[in-house]
Amino acid sequence: MATYLEFIQQNEERDGVRFSWNVWPSSRLEATRMVVPLACLLTPLRERPDLPPVQYEPVLCSRPTCKAILNPLCQVDYRAKLWACNFCFQRNQFPPAYTGISEVNQPAELMPQFSTIEYVIQRGPQSPLIFLYVVDTCLEEDDLQALKESLQMSLSLLPPDALVGLITFGRMVQVHELSCEGISKSFVFRGTKDLTAKQIQDMLGLTTPAMPMQQARPQEHPFVSSRFLQPIQKIDMNLTDLLGELQRDPWPVTQGKRPLRSTGVALSIAVGLLEGTFPNTGARIMLFTGGPPTQGPGMVVGDELKVPIRSWHDIEKDNARFMKKATKHYEMLANRAATNGHCIDIYACALDQTGLLEMKCCANLTGGHMVMGDSFNTSLFKQTFQRIFSKDFNGNFRMAFGATLEVKTSRELKIAGAIGPCVSLNVKGPCVSENELGVGGTSQWKICGLDPTSTLGIYFEVVNQHNAPIPQGGRGAIQFVTQYQHSSTQRRIRVTTVARNWADAQSHLRHIEAAFDQEAAAVLMARLGVFRAESEEGPDVLRWLDRQLIRLCQKFGQYNKEDPTSFRLSDSFSLYPQFMFHLRRSPFLQVFNNSPDESSYYRHHFARQDLTQSLIMIQPILYSYSFHGPPEPVLLDSSSILADRILLMDTFFQIVIYLGETIAQWRKAGYQDMPEYENFKHLLQAPLDDAQEILQARFPMPRYINTEHGGSQARFLLSKVNPSQTHNNLYTWGQVMKYSRRMSQQMKCLSLRKGFTWKRLSHTEKILFQLLTGSSTI
Amino acid sequence: MNVNQSAPPVPPFGQPQPVYPGYHQSSYGGQPGSTAPPTHYGAYNGPVPGYQETLAPGVSRAPPSSGAPPATTAQTPRGQAAYGQFGQGDVQNGPSSTVQMQRLSGSQPFGSAPLAPVVSQPTVLQPYGPLPTSSQVTAQLAGMQISGAMAPAPPTLGLGYGPPTSLASASGSFPNSGLYGSYSQGQAPPLSQTQGHPGAQPPQRSALPQASSFTPPASGGPRMPSMSGPLLPGQGFGGPPVSQPNHVSSPPPQVLPPGTQMTGPPGPPPPMHSSQQPGYQLQQNGSFGPGRGPQPNYGSPYPGAPTFGSQPGPPQPLPPKRLDPDAIPSPIQVIEDDRNNRGSEPFVTGVRGQVPPLVTTNFLVKDQGNASPRYIRCTSYNIPCTSDMAKQAQVPLAAVIKPLARLPPEEASPYVVDHGESGPLRCNRCKAYMCPFMQFIEGGRRFQCCFCSCINDVPPQYFQHLDHTGKRVDAYDRPELSLGSYEFLATVDYCKNNKFPSPPAFIFMIDVSYNAIRSGLVRLLCEELKSLLDCLPREGRAEESAIRVGFVTYNKVLHFYNVKSSLAQPQMMVVSDVADMFVPLLDGFLVNVNESRAVITSLLDQIPEMFADTRETETVFAPVIQAGMEALKAAECAGKLFLFHTSLPIAEAPGKLKNRDDRKLINTDKEKTLFQPQTGAYQTLAKECVAQGCCVDLFLFPNQYVDVATLCVVPQLTGGSVYKYACFQVENDQERFLSDLRRDVQKVVGFDAVMRVRTSTGIRAVDFFGAFYMSNTTDVELAGLDGDKTVTVEFKHDDRLNEESGALLQCALLYTSCAGQRRLRIHNLALNCCTQLADLYRNCETDTLINYMAKFAYRGVLNSPVKTVRDALITQCAQILACYRKNCASPSSAGQLILPECMKLLPVYLNCVLKSDVLQPGAEVTTDDRAYVRQLVTSMDVAETNVFFYPRLLPLTKSPIESTTEPPAVRASEERLSDGDIYLLENGLNLFLWVGASVQQGVVQSLFSVSSFSQITSGLSILPVLDNPLSKKVRGLVDSLRAQRSRYMKLIVVKQEDKLEMLFKHFLVEDKSLSGGASYVDFLCHMHKEIRQLLS
Repeated sequence: MATYLEFIQQNEERDGVRFSWNVWPSSRLEATRMVVPLACLLTPLRERPDLPPVQYEPVLCSRPTCKAILNPLCQVDYRAKLWACNFCFQRNQFPPAYTGISEVNQPAELMPQFSTIEYVIQRGPQSPLIFLYVVDTCLEEDDLQALKESLQMSLSLLPPDALVGLITFGRMVQVHELSCEGISKSFVFRGTKDLTAKQIQDMLGLTTPAMPMQQARPQEHPFVSSRFLQPIQKIDMNLTDLLGELQRDPWPVTQGKRPLRSTGVALSIAVGLLEGTFPNTGARIMLFTGGPPTQGPGMVVGDELKVPIRSWHDIEKDNARFMKKATKHYEMLANRAATNGHCIDIYACALDQTGLLEMKCCANLTGGHMVMGDSFNTSLFKQTFQRIFSKDFNGNFRMAFGATLEVKTSRELKIAGAIGPCVSLNVKGPCVSENELGVGGTSQWKICGLDPTSTLGIYFEVVNQHNAPIPQGGRGAIQFVTQYQHSSTQRRIRVTTVARNWADAQSHLRHIEAAFDQEAAAVLMARLGVFRAESEEGPDVLRWLDRQLIRLCQKFGQYNKEDPTSFRLSDSFSLYPQFMFHLRRSPFLQVFNNSPDESSYYRHHFARQDLTQSLIMIQPILYSYSFHGPPEPVLLDSSSILADRILLMDTFFQIVIYLGETIAQWRKAGYQDMPEYENFKHLLQAPLDDAQEILQARFPMPRYINTEHGGSQARFLLSKVNPSQTHNNLYTWGQVMKYSRRMSQQMKCLSLRKGFTWKRLSHTEKILFQLLTGSSTI
Repeated sequence: MNVNQSAPPVPPFGQPQPVYPGYHQSSYGGQPGSTAPPTHYGAYNGPVPGYQETLAPGVSRAPPSSGAPPATTAQTPRGQAAYGQFGQGDVQNGPSSTVQMQRLSGSQPFGSAPLAPVVSQPTVLQPYGPLPTSSQVTAQLAGMQISGAMAPAPPTLGLGYGPPTSLASASGSFPNSGLYGSYSQGQAPPLSQTQGHPGAQPPQRSALPQASSFTPPASGGPRMPSMSGPLLPGQGFGGPPVSQPNHVSSPPPQVLPPGTQMTGPPGPPPPMHSSQQPGYQLQQNGSFGPGRGPQPNYGSPYPGAPTFGSQPGPPQPLPPKRLDPDAIPSPIQVIEDDRNNRGSEPFVTGVRGQVPPLVTTNFLVKDQGNASPRYIRCTSYNIPCTSDMAKQAQVPLAAVIKPLARLPPEEASPYVVDHGESGPLRCNRCKAYMCPFMQFIEGGRRFQCCFCSCINDVPPQYFQHLDHTGKRVDAYDRPELSLGSYEFLATVDYCKNNKFPSPPAFIFMIDVSYNAIRSGLVRLLCEELKSLLDCLPREGRAEESAIRVGFVTYNKVLHFYNVKSSLAQPQMMVVSDVADMFVPLLDGFLVNVNESRAVITSLLDQIPEMFADTRETETVFAPVIQAGMEALKAAECAGKLFLFHTSLPIAEAPGKLKNRDDRKLINTDKEKTLFQPQTGAYQTLAKECVAQGCCVDLFLFPNQYVDVATLCVVPQLTGGSVYKYACFQVENDQERFLSDLRRDVQKVVGFDAVMRVRTSTGIRAVDFFGAFYMSNTTDVELAGLDGDKTVTVEFKHDDRLNEESGALLQCALLYTSCAGQRRLRIHNLALNCCTQLADLYRNCETDTLINYMAKFAYRGVLNSPVKTVRDALITQCAQILACYRKNCASPSSAGQLILPECMKLLPVYLNCVLKSDVLQPGAEVTTDDRAYVRQLVTSMDVAETNVFFYPRLLPLTKSPIESTTEPPAVRASEERLSDGDIYLLENGLNLFLWVGASVQQGVVQSLFSVSSFSQITSGLSILPVLDNPLSKKVRGLVDSLRAQRSRYMKLIVVKQEDKLEMLFKHFLVEDKSLSGGASYVDFLCHMHKEIRQLLS
């Protein structure tokens, strides 16, 4: 099925879309039997160097409820200058500018290779980019120093006309006025008091002077009025000095106390400030915090050090006093920011938790970044932060703002929901399903901040009834319309229109099966699982995942009854159980050994990275380096740990280089420095180079761990590998039997079989078996 | 534990005798005919009671009424005994305090000291002995020509008694019970007297010094008219009852040389008066008898009736009669006499119940066991033993206490005693502090509390043997055993939160709204602050002040400044959340001036620039105070806020005010609301401030109504000061403002203070007046207390007092010094007790009385209509005088007004209080002015109330230019002004230079540098600096007047017949005022009528 693989890859490259099924079951009933829903991973702004944006506006279907955009799938009558919408079949006249079109003179949007096309909107004001730094000053001296340097550095990376603002907070919240000369001026707010947007604007003096001005000249310079957000070119020096003079929060912190940190109010003020001055303009609120919020609204933990910050254990016991209230506060802020198109980044660097659990929605709902590190004085933070301002081949930031994503489907399909860094815009329509998967009930979402890798999972429902067959060769179509503010301040619209064949599942199951994209499916299912995990108990989610897997195997596996060895899955499904196996063990679903903050952090990234990265997260990659040949990927299994190998593991969040026992001894003996063992030196160097390559490309910077056999950091590797060698035969049969009662007949046979040995199972079976037996709590 | 060790400068008491002679001489040297008894020793030996030895038989004087002689007397040498009374005073007076300090602290026993210097005092004393101490026997006076009111010659000398001054000091108390020249009404047959013959007068006027009596025309009712004439001293004009211009210029024909008449031997000693004041009588006679002996009425028109609230006075259609203003008691003369009599000699506080010299007199004080009158003054130094008596007399028993009063450089400030970790020694029961009145018993192992009689053990480390008189051997080594005023170092138990306080802080909070900027205030202030910050108060000889400073500016929002020394530029932090004020920074807000000088200077340079273009007119007020208070709280220190504020705080914030000024309310029952704060928010705020030790000084620069009554609440309750500069303009008011500011910033302040007044059994402090807050009935809480602030305390009986033991007061003030040291300042005062009303009336002090009554009345206006308050004052005054008349004065005709000698000014002063702006506002007085004055008076001391209510009017060209002394004042009446003269008038707040219309051209030229009267600019506030004697002298005088007052007085030049003159005339308090206040004469008549009504 190389063709399907190619097809999938091609489509991904062109459109940034990967469907779980590339041939669609043609009725609702069949679709549900497929277990894995019809869904896709969409990377709306996937980098397309080969796709220059067109400088005109799209042509819309004239039906008010449709407004689909002219695309290569439309039928065009060149003579009559008419085109038929492929979603609602409305016939539309071409606009006057298109009078010259013909079969040979087609506009770009009608060419098949432009199934994805980008338009630049010329009208409307161009709003500058806005960066509002919200900086915690309750940091250790060297941390603060490092942070200050990073911030100063970032100023040089910003476009000169970008507006910047600075809010610092500790016990109080200070909004710095950047325009004034001489004396530095700031507005100070109490860190314990929540203020409404109106109050904040009143207190900052934004309302009275701004009102008459805006009424008089609403269009001209609506933003210049704000003293707190100034073009970087104007106040570059000032701000650099100001940052340089930033002091640690001067309020004394007594022994046994945490510093009072008003993160909640600081964010609230940041949101309120932007809300009042630049609504519906792309803006980034960048929160840098070095610890948990300890006072005011949004406080996560009290200032008594003897009371530790909440753990999963506390949350399960309902012992996390502040969690609900804080979460509510941040959710409210996130929603307000999202409404205004502002995104919130969180850079949390501390050894302990910083309250990401409560604050996660700020980043999750607005498409902001979330970065977690140990200290601002680490390359992890510094490089990650720098990478935010990286530029594409055109010299533009790899970020976009205030996007709305609209999805249109042909009538056999409805939209069930989306999972990703977005919020619902609550636009109901004929193509919106009543069954929700993820954030549903709408055909439009807002994505306040997105970059070329931001990826959403979009779930559909086939609504065609079984008794209303689709004619052979029929195609379903989906159009994704993403309007956004490009980092060059242009407004742009990217339109992707895709179509897939319908197939009758009863007669053409093989087709459908062959068109299964197990990678996409795994990620999509994982997103669903993680999404559920946010609101449901962990075991329930695992049970649900297991059930889905079993059903899938039942549906698509081939086996003889009573014979586990006969179990086979076709190639297009072969990896799927393995992904599920690792997913179950992943920190996205397992909270054991992770703090709530870490879980939030992992889930945050899982919900926005593209397919490749997501897969790495689900199943870390393990490369083995040896003298025996070029580096090769090996099984993520304890059996891969060998004395004469160097392993390189990439879990997305960590990169681990592990030297086998012998290698470590050699290195200790210093062979690498001897000219006659130069090959050993190269061997040592190879994984380092590869790791460097990964580090360069990844956002956020992974934690880089260089360890060896017996090193304490080796635990990062050991915790990930499948512990096959340690307890493969020791599974308690009772559990299996208990589970088996609910299993399919086939599975029951498998598990009851006596004398069964691990070695004789195929890899897939092992995965499956392990998966089943590992779920002790079902 | 030796006090001296811990406090090096402590003066050794009981020191070397060698010194004594020196003292002795010095003390008397200067005094004419000084025969002062050198017997210091008496004083030393004997504790307070010691002086009673004066009873010594050898002396012809009667025993002092004040108490039984202590047992010790027997042992004291006779001579000493004889002089005890004087001696004590003398001895101690002699040495200047500095001398004392130099003495070694060695323990020379005083026992030996006694006698050495004793000289032939007896002779001197004796003359006094026999002197008639008693009062008002008219017969006695027969010889005296009282009419010599104008007599320039000091009659006292003529009397041939010992030098008056020495006498005064010797007796320690001043003759109080004088009967003022009595005016026998009865004597005046209506008509016959018209032709008053001088000869006839004597008997009438003969009023002995002790009581002045005269007949006010009113008393006679219908007869009045007839009386007018007769009493005129001017024999010449018997007839013309008509307008007799009593200008000074007019020759006083009636003056009889008093000397001649007075030379007559004084009458026999009056039976009633004890010998305590031997010689007094005479002296008094001498001094004021002639001076302003009781003058009968002069025909000043007597229409005044309507002015007295309820009593319109009898209808007097009759031709106005004039009561001669010269005949009625003159404040000027009393002041002058006291100055002459008592100014030259130190006032020694060793004797119980001495009446100190008047506040207007310059005198030195020697602390010998009682607090200096600079700290405490009482309405009466002789308290009735029973409450019945007190009720009968109606004389309020009050003490005006100024715990941190500034002392002249010649007097040493209180010594600091450190009792180590155990803290000050106190009575276990009543918690009174160790003081000279505590009695040590059982060989010194125990002491009996003089306040509650509880017997306490003496802690071992404090033990000391007693000498043969029962006094501790180390009494004179220990300030707390020998002085009236001293300080204890407080231990940590006396500190808030059981933590020693940190040094206090000053926060300058500057209004930068449009008004403040436009008037130039902000620029001026910032400029001044730059240098002023170098002059923050410091403790003792400390090199630099421990006080930290902070800065806030504000309009509708507050701007805090970070002026941390490490910053290159100050940082401004704006707090707009005025509804919920907080302090945005801690580190860097309150800084040491020297460390952060560069940043502060930069800030002060920038503030005027930053707000130069402000359009903000609205201000907040309560949040500003709140912010300052929070800042101090955050810094955990006490401190002071200096607020510079311009307008009514109308911005939306707590404490927002509205303009509620309504002149229609005046003279209605609702008038009191004008004095009450608009909202209770400020009281609550003040309470928090007090709890934090945050004192608020307010400088107001209003252009219109700002509701002073409300804005002053916090300063008032936190012991702060308020300064008001209406319509501030830099050109005109800068000097005044800057001078006030400098003084206010530099003055020594105690912070976070609590004052408690303890009394011996029998009386108790029941009421307190002043700028402070009280959360219970006994503790006066003062967030800040400076040397100008006074607390008036009223006492009531709760039991019988004992004549022997007298009454004791102990005022303890716990405060934090400006270096952050916690201290206790103790003032002790012993008073006499009497069973005879006459003793009470003889030992009163009218100035203090007026201070109390004014404060009482000014508080009354908060709750009662002004008219009720005025009536109550009049009634009380009448009752006091009637009681005297009834119980102490010798029988005389009911028509005669007889005033106790030491209360003879009560009517005139009271009248001034009654017609003050608060109680009787004129049309031009704003509501704010009244509220302002009301709150000012509340914390005034006696000297301030004295001059405030009865301004000083100094003629400038009368005395020779060469004379360096202040010209003698004249009475505050238009009649006293001559149009050829120039006068200065001051009342502690205002200073006028009045120029008569026909003043010599040369004078005009040399003062104003213009050629004629008409060219003088009216309202001029600065005299040109000219190099001629007159100009120098006048300017020098103006400067010296200003130096005497706690607030800078802006000079206003007023020309006669000019518009501004109305303003000036307002201060001529003896005249009828435009607002309806009575003239002195009228009031006196009215008072007389009231008294008569009471008597009948």
